[in-house]
Amino acid sequence: MTWEIVIGIETHAQLSTASKIFSGASTAFGAAPNTEASAVDIALPGVLPVLNRGAVERAIRFGLAVGGAINRRSVFARKNYFYPDLPKGYQISQYEIPVVRGGAVTIATDAGEKHVRLTRAHLEEDAGKSLHEGLPSELGGVSGIDLNRAGTPLLEIVSEPDMRSAAEAVAYAKALHSLVTWIGICDGDMQEGNFRCDANVSVRRAGGALGTRCEIKNLNSFRFLAQAIEYEARRQIELIEDGGSVVQETRLFDPDRGETRSMRSKEDAQDYRYFPDPDLPPLTIDDAWIQRIHSAMPELPEAMRSRLVAEHGITDYDAAQLTASRELVDYYHGVCKALPAADTASHKLVANFVLGEFAAARNRADVAIAAVPVSPADVAGLLRRVADRTVSGKIAKDVFDAMWAGEGDADAIIERRGLRQISDARAIEALVEHVLAANAPIVAEVRAGKEKAFNSLVGQVMKASKSKANPAQVNEILRRLLAR
Amino acid sequence: MTIGELARALRARETSSVELVQETLARIAASQAINAFITVDADGALAQARAADSALARGDAEPLTGIPIAHKDVFMTAGLRTTCASRMLEHFVAPYDAHVVAKLREAGTVLVGKTNMDEFAMGSSSETSYFGPVRNPWSAQCVPGGSSGGSAAAVAAGLVPATTGTDTGGSIRQPAALTGICGIKPTYGVCSRYGLIAFASSLDTPGAFARTAEDCALLLAAMAGHDARDATSLDRPAEDYRRLLAAASATRPLEGLRIGLPREYFASGIEREVIAAVEAAIAELRALGATAVDVDLPMVKHAVPVYYVIAPAEASSNLSRFDGVRYGHRAAQYRDLTEMYCRTRAEGFGAEVKRRILVGTYVLSHGYYDAYYLQAQKVRRLIAQDFARAFERCDIVVGPTAPTCAFAIGAKTNDPVQMYLNDIFTIAANLTGMPAMSIPCGFTPDRLPIGLQIQGNYFDEARMLNVAHRYQQVTGWHLQSPSPASGGEGRGEGLSP
Repeated sequence: MTWEIVIGIETHAQLSTASKIFSGASTAFGAAPNTEASAVDIALPGVLPVLNRGAVERAIRFGLAVGGAINRRSVFARKNYFYPDLPKGYQISQYEIPVVRGGAVTIATDAGEKHVRLTRAHLEEDAGKSLHEGLPSELGGVSGIDLNRAGTPLLEIVSEPDMRSAAEAVAYAKALHSLVTWIGICDGDMQEGNFRCDANVSVRRAGGALGTRCEIKNLNSFRFLAQAIEYEARRQIELIEDGGSVVQETRLFDPDRGETRSMRSKEDAQDYRYFPDPDLPPLTIDDAWIQRIHSAMPELPEAMRSRLVAEHGITDYDAAQLTASRELVDYYHGVCKALPAADTASHKLVANFVLGEFAAARNRADVAIAAVPVSPADVAGLLRRVADRTVSGKIAKDVFDAMWAGEGDADAIIERRGLRQISDARAIEALVEHVLAANAPIVAEVRAGKEKAFNSLVGQVMKASKSKANPAQVNEILRRLLAR
Repeated sequence: MTIGELARALRARETSSVELVQETLARIAASQAINAFITVDADGALAQARAADSALARGDAEPLTGIPIAHKDVFMTAGLRTTCASRMLEHFVAPYDAHVVAKLREAGTVLVGKTNMDEFAMGSSSETSYFGPVRNPWSAQCVPGGSSGGSAAAVAAGLVPATTGTDTGGSIRQPAALTGICGIKPTYGVCSRYGLIAFASSLDTPGAFARTAEDCALLLAAMAGHDARDATSLDRPAEDYRRLLAAASATRPLEGLRIGLPREYFASGIEREVIAAVEAAIAELRALGATAVDVDLPMVKHAVPVYYVIAPAEASSNLSRFDGVRYGHRAAQYRDLTEMYCRTRAEGFGAEVKRRILVGTYVLSHGYYDAYYLQAQKVRRLIAQDFARAFERCDIVVGPTAPTCAFAIGAKTNDPVQMYLNDIFTIAANLTGMPAMSIPCGFTPDRLPIGLQIQGNYFDEARMLNVAHRYQQVTGWHLQSPSPASGGEGRGEGLSP
């Protein structure tokens, strides 16, 4: 009997507003505890929330990007529960009427493209942080509360249970992450917690009714998301196969042990006593506002991917890789713009370089694109020398490394290091003659028909030229001189 | 003296703000038995009075410059203790001013102290205060009404010419009626709630107490205005609430005014003396030119139960922030977080507050929400429709403010429902958000005041105030004062109209 895993994901994307959703306090990460908490954030008596329109604007942008419907009227509600890092004793969220309903995100799966439907996206405020460790010892083992995060705007994006494997769940989370950063509504820094996923996981016999689900909270990396889902599905399947049944509950993932464990069961679930927040009138959004946001929307990844294939002539695979990140494709465009020719050959050269050397160097250095020390114009300067055969692709890698190390632009490095490609036929002929004279046994093998031996001779010539000889010319001259 | 008279005396240099404050402090000290104040800020008041006197000397004075006032202790006052009459906030010093407090400061008023009230504004008698009950200046054995009882008693006893209050379910109008003064609740949204410690957010309305309609207009003008920090504050042009009051007195100044008399307001269960006084007031208004029309408010009979679902629901959530974590009372002994919460709130809140938190938590609970909260919201809209229809036929609605005069302290404390029914006529204006006021219109045979409620359509404060003002020009109920001994013998006896 085969099992099917059914996964739905709730994502909390922190919106990139400068101030909080209901107060004027800053949302900047990393400030000293409680220095970015205003009277509203710490819930002094008498304070009131005022909605930040920037957060609404971002929610609308998201709704438009996923093809969802923007509710012209939505309602803020209070979710009531007591916790020390929840200053008001309730969280302001949207309950019955969210700002966005519907929409879909496209993901790539082994079986081709798949649309993951979205249920809704709603605005809410984040809570503060409880700190149970790392406090000064003189405080004597107490817990601390940092309210800097309290009131940070979140967009909670709820998917339908449309995913069938951990891989699909990760593909969805990555596509969503790419989209929210692409449209500029979320910084997407998962380490800082501004893109967090909760996974609802259930299992069923293929074709059967939906099983009982468990929710795994606060997965803040794609790897943890995959590990947690895989562990949880296995746990549920084993439980059922052993004659047990799954209990609906909230579970936590322990990354150190790679397992999920029970946090609270449905029976312990709190009654949040949602009701419309009387401090906030219903949020009304008119067509003109939506129209303004619509007309300022950037081209979306899927549209750009198709366009790059059609207009730039690069492969669909490369286009998909490039459009996986707004920053990456912006970099690609920056390099293209700085090149004189806008033909397919140039675009392919740029795509290969950005997805190859550039990506590899960035991975080695482990830096964000914004922190890469080489500008798109500098890369274009290098690729211009590859295109006009001043340097080979192999030498280009060394030049790029030198540029990364701050040694100057491509031309300066090529000149200073004498890396200019040798394309002078006479000079290459001299090198070839020298190699042929010194390797008589190999020459004999080539003449006997051993193609491998020919490659060895090419290698010898390139080595003698310190890799500067034009490889195509080396080939041609070797063949000619061997055929004498 | 009225604000108008005091302002004239200040400008004429017949007195100074410092003198007024000194006299006020002396009167407060001599009237401690009334228990109208929770906090008196003598030093702060004298400093403000000196500043006011300088402004007066420079000729740089507003209509309210130098006038001593007091705020209900539900309003945040920067640097001054703000308790909400609760043990929970017994030692809480507010770090900022409520919007209306700031507006009245800017207008030049001198804040002498914070008035006593029902704990967290929950009550109709000012008996639930952690700082002890307020006594009615007309009879020490009686309550002054509530929840703004301290503010009402302070004006009635002549301690200050005006005070602020809040009206969530009659909490300004009912104590105004029971203490024989004027109290106005403007349209919801006219005065910002920022800095008002929330009881029921959709109902809480800042307002004012004074001896005359004219003074109420003056105070309201200073308090009103848009505040970007309150999303329910209305952005409307500034309004001169006295604009209709200045017109020359005609013999029939209310000619053309249609006063609506809801049958439901004159039903059984209302004290005979109250009905008689209100009917006499209506006759007076007709003599001034008004015509009376009968109106029906069939849904108003549901106002009290609707209110006692919605107000506790909002309160149960609003009061969650008093958890002992960041400020206010925290239990001394606890083993864990849950016990800290439980003990803190058990110790910090009084019985009536707990009762309402429990009721509110219940009506919002899963499985009960639709039957109680949603149903109450629907009836709330029907009540508003009743009034909308009534105001097609009349300009103002008139009736008794409360079904009884002041009752004895302790008489209703064990019967919450009887206590709640004292707000039967006032609650509808909170549910609809419409403005309403109470003015004195007579006394019972044992000289306890009776209030006349005047209700207007949205933003009709100026008209309401004009009706009250014209009435006060030809009657003298508002000029009567209790004797300082608060034994119930009016000093103004013989002044009755």
